[in-house]
Amino acid sequence: MPEYQRHEHDVLVIGAGGAGLRAAIEAAHVGASVGLVCKSLLGKAHTVMAEGGVAAALANVDDRDNWKVHFADTMRGGQYLNNWRMAELHAKEAPDRVRELEAWGTVFDRTPDGRILQRNFGGHKYPRLAHVGDRTGLEMIRTLQDYAIYQPIDVHMECTIVSLLKDGNRIAGAIGYDRERGRFKLFSAKAVVLATGGIGRAYSVTSNSWEYTGDGHALAYNAGAAVQDMEFVQFHPTGMVWPPSVRGILVTEGVRGEGGILVNKEGRRFMFDDIPENYRNQTADSEEEGWRYTQGDKNARRPPELLTRDHVARAIMKEVREGRGSPHGGVFLDISWIRSKLPNSEEHIKKKLPSMYHQFKQLADIDITKEPMEVGPTTHYVMGGVRVDGDTQMSTVPGLFAAGEVGAGLHGANRLGGNSLSDLLVFGMRAGKFAAEYAGRQTAPRADTQQADDIVRVALEPFNRQGGQNGEGPYQVEHDLQAMMQELVGIVRREDEMRRALDSLKALRERARKVSVAGNREYNPGWHTALDLQNLLTVSEIVARAALERKESRGGHFRDDFPEKDPSYGKFNIVIRRGPAGEMQVTREQIPEMRDDLKRIIEENK
Amino acid sequence: MDAGPSVREKKVSSVTEALARNVVESGQRAAARSDTSAGTEKRSATFRVWRGAGPTGELRDYSTSVSEGMVVLDAIHQIQAETAGDLAVRWNCKAGKCGSCSAEINGMPRLMCMTRLSELDLQKPVTVEPMRAFPPVKDLVTDVSSNFRAKKRIRRFTPRPPDAPDGTWRMAQADADRVQEFRKCIECFLCQDVCHVLRDHHLHEQFIGPRLLVHAAQLEMHPLDILDRTDDLKESHGIGYCNITKCCTKVCPENITITDNAIIPLKERVVDKHYDPLGKLVRLVRGRNSADRHQGEVR
Ligand SMILES: Cc1cc2nc3c(=O)[nH]c(=O)nc-3n(C[C@H](O)[C@H](O)[C@H](O)COP(=O)(O)OP(=O)(O)OC[C@H]3O[C@@H](n4cnc5c(N)ncnc54)[C@H](O)[C@@H]3O)c2cc1C
Ligand code: SF4
Ligand code: SF4
Ligand code: FES
Repeated sequence: MPEYQRHEHDVLVIGAGGAGLRAAIEAAHVGASVGLVCKSLLGKAHTVMAEGGVAAALANVDDRDNWKVHFADTMRGGQYLNNWRMAELHAKEAPDRVRELEAWGTVFDRTPDGRILQRNFGGHKYPRLAHVGDRTGLEMIRTLQDYAIYQPIDVHMECTIVSLLKDGNRIAGAIGYDRERGRFKLFSAKAVVLATGGIGRAYSVTSNSWEYTGDGHALAYNAGAAVQDMEFVQFHPTGMVWPPSVRGILVTEGVRGEGGILVNKEGRRFMFDDIPENYRNQTADSEEEGWRYTQGDKNARRPPELLTRDHVARAIMKEVREGRGSPHGGVFLDISWIRSKLPNSEEHIKKKLPSMYHQFKQLADIDITKEPMEVGPTTHYVMGGVRVDGDTQMSTVPGLFAAGEVGAGLHGANRLGGNSLSDLLVFGMRAGKFAAEYAGRQTAPRADTQQADDIVRVALEPFNRQGGQNGEGPYQVEHDLQAMMQELVGIVRREDEMRRALDSLKALRERARKVSVAGNREYNPGWHTALDLQNLLTVSEIVARAALERKESRGGHFRDDFPEKDPSYGKFNIVIRRGPAGEMQVTREQIPEMRDDLKRIIEENK
Repeated sequence: MDAGPSVREKKVSSVTEALARNVVESGQRAAARSDTSAGTEKRSATFRVWRGAGPTGELRDYSTSVSEGMVVLDAIHQIQAETAGDLAVRWNCKAGKCGSCSAEINGMPRLMCMTRLSELDLQKPVTVEPMRAFPPVKDLVTDVSSNFRAKKRIRRFTPRPPDAPDGTWRMAQADADRVQEFRKCIECFLCQDVCHVLRDHHLHEQFIGPRLLVHAAQLEMHPLDILDRTDDLKESHGIGYCNITKCCTKVCPENITITDNAIIPLKERVVDKHYDPLGKLVRLVRGRNSADRHQGEVR
């Protein structure tokens, strides 16, 4: 019989990035007793890495902006697969959430008249991203963290949740282990908010950290919740490509927002060569116009470098495939050229992009104020996630909520830069609020300890296999999984390759079942990896199955065998659930008809 | 794809010549960089890593191959994957942004993810040890919870009423800049690691340390904050323990001028409010490059 440390909360929030912190704060405000769990130390979650900014139609820089334009931009970016109710709420509420951050201590960059400054970003019609240089995420997570520590929230740092617990149909809590000692913790909770972030570690070239093993997606799926849109993985067009050890580390879109341009090895600015029809009216005709746009000229249209990420990533891939790439398989991103436009360009670049300057200087020996960078696509974000109600963020399992990257709906087929940080705030807040309200209506659920005991037994198995003849460790299996996904379910997909991916997944699952780990339960990364691997396998299979089902190309999902967009696929989301026999059920679910007033907004902003 | 391509030949051919040249040259340089690595094949290096649970442990040697551009954290990960599956280490961003991977590399407090192997002498073993100012947990992981507790003792941000009817404030960029320096802090706690008050004298409960003095400075100089924390700094945060050796400033990976810009102005506020002989000394020393009185191991 395993021993547990027991904790009881009205609301248990899993994840302490922007979404989790905001949810916990809100639930505490409403008066619920709140527990907050995270795998790393407080303040280290992925949100800390966000660079470019948080999108909100504050209209501080361009007074033509308002929630309607933001809504239309988000829907266009998402190719209309978005949950339009979420897109509406997001556009309406983001400004208040951003102002609230300021009231909690965030110091954004300022306009000349002292208001919050906003910058341009891909797919946003007007300068819309409130930012702090290129470390907006750090500012945001620190603000939320420093606010949250004064609230009645029990924080359990370095604790990994391995399973949710249920009482019949509804949620009853969760079970996890503390990383330091390897002791199991049993959380009873009336409501659980998942805020675990993404799945980027399923790929080998990624901007994501070790935490991004899709835990929340897998926890929800295993608990019977529906997940959707998992075929839509965002490959950010600009990751570092050289040296090898930094491959995948993000180069913020802010570089392009500040005037950075993409060129191939011949020095040609190839982004002008292919501009999608639905963005043609909004894209600059000449380099001169593009430059003026980045410098705030309201009459200019954006340069093609600021088209949506899916488009830019594929354009880069094309240059590389056709032999016009840079020496290490990327293209050049150049911001240093602005010295021909600005007298003090070096200082300007260092001021606007300090951490990029630092990053290239220190990791690649490149001075970005003088030389171009080499960049290429990197796995960045998953649009898909737990299917939720647009207003309350409750999943299809009563009492289970999801917010932030682990949730789905807001971004549809492709997320616009800056729309994630705002997503965290808007829907983190909503999830916290509605979870607390839901908890208030519930009697205490009874978590069945038999469930928990079984989970613990399985979790400890890798130790018992020690010394067996199949002594493979978890790292090799994880590595092979990442390489396989990168190769077969990456930016460009084909039916035969994805079928092969599913076969490989079966084989990898077998290997994962046999991995053994050395040492004991105290702070043992081998053991942690063995457990995370299970989640990676689950989400990888979900991604592959969803990608197989969508026989068209749209947003973050590109099929070589179906390179066109198919309007009939614009009417539904691909939803995956666990069937009664443990099999993956793939279904298509109609997107509800959009309200007329919202349709009009989209028409007006065409 | 979204739609058919629209080719706009003429307008784009005008990339300035200088730019094209820059790109081509940089391509040659980049190619040259990779050539040298191809030429040197796979080298290997020895890492002398602290292994242990709690206070007991030892340095153990691991050898692993090194390649172009590697940082110490890469080497640690490689060792983990090859031979020491249970080697405990914290990391997240691998880009110097999260402050998780602090350690002492050849005795120097550094971020493992931002320390290139090319900066180190690989002829000799590279020692990698946990931050010694904190209680050891396992291998490279230490118990940094005292920092989180100390932060809670500092009174929270409290803004003045909004300036505008819509609940917003006005703030000049220059005022923002002043605290943004402090708000860059990634909470790596390397400064806490080198501060002798914490490292040698273990006054974690009496002295909040440089990281949290930076936090306090950020609050005190925040354009919107209205609280006065001067008494707290003197009475409960132990600012008097700092004798401005500046060791903390030297290790800060974010290049925050901890001593001059954060601690000394706070000390001056304390002095202005309370008579304090050490404070007087502070004023004398300010501006001079004060001598380091301890801990040679700083960069
Ligand atoms: C380099 C980079 C730059 C970016 N820049 C921008 C930008 O400029 N603008 C923008 O809008 N977006 C940006 N993004 C995207 C954005 O940062 C993320 O999508 C967002 O921060 C995710 O926040 P979150 O709260 O959902 O999750 P996270 O911040 O990732 O937090 C997840 C939390 O869940 C915890 N967790 C996970 N699994 C478990 C488990 N099993 N048990 C317990 N806890 C668990 C983790 O420990 C962590 O605390 C960027 C992303 C990256 C990687
Ligand atoms: S200046 Fe010296 S004594 Fe003062 S906080 Fe820094 S390291 Fe400690
Ligand atoms: S002040 Fe500098 S050294 Fe200290 S914790 Fe912050 S970033 Fe690290
Ligand atoms: S891993 Fe984030 S600072 Fe090193």
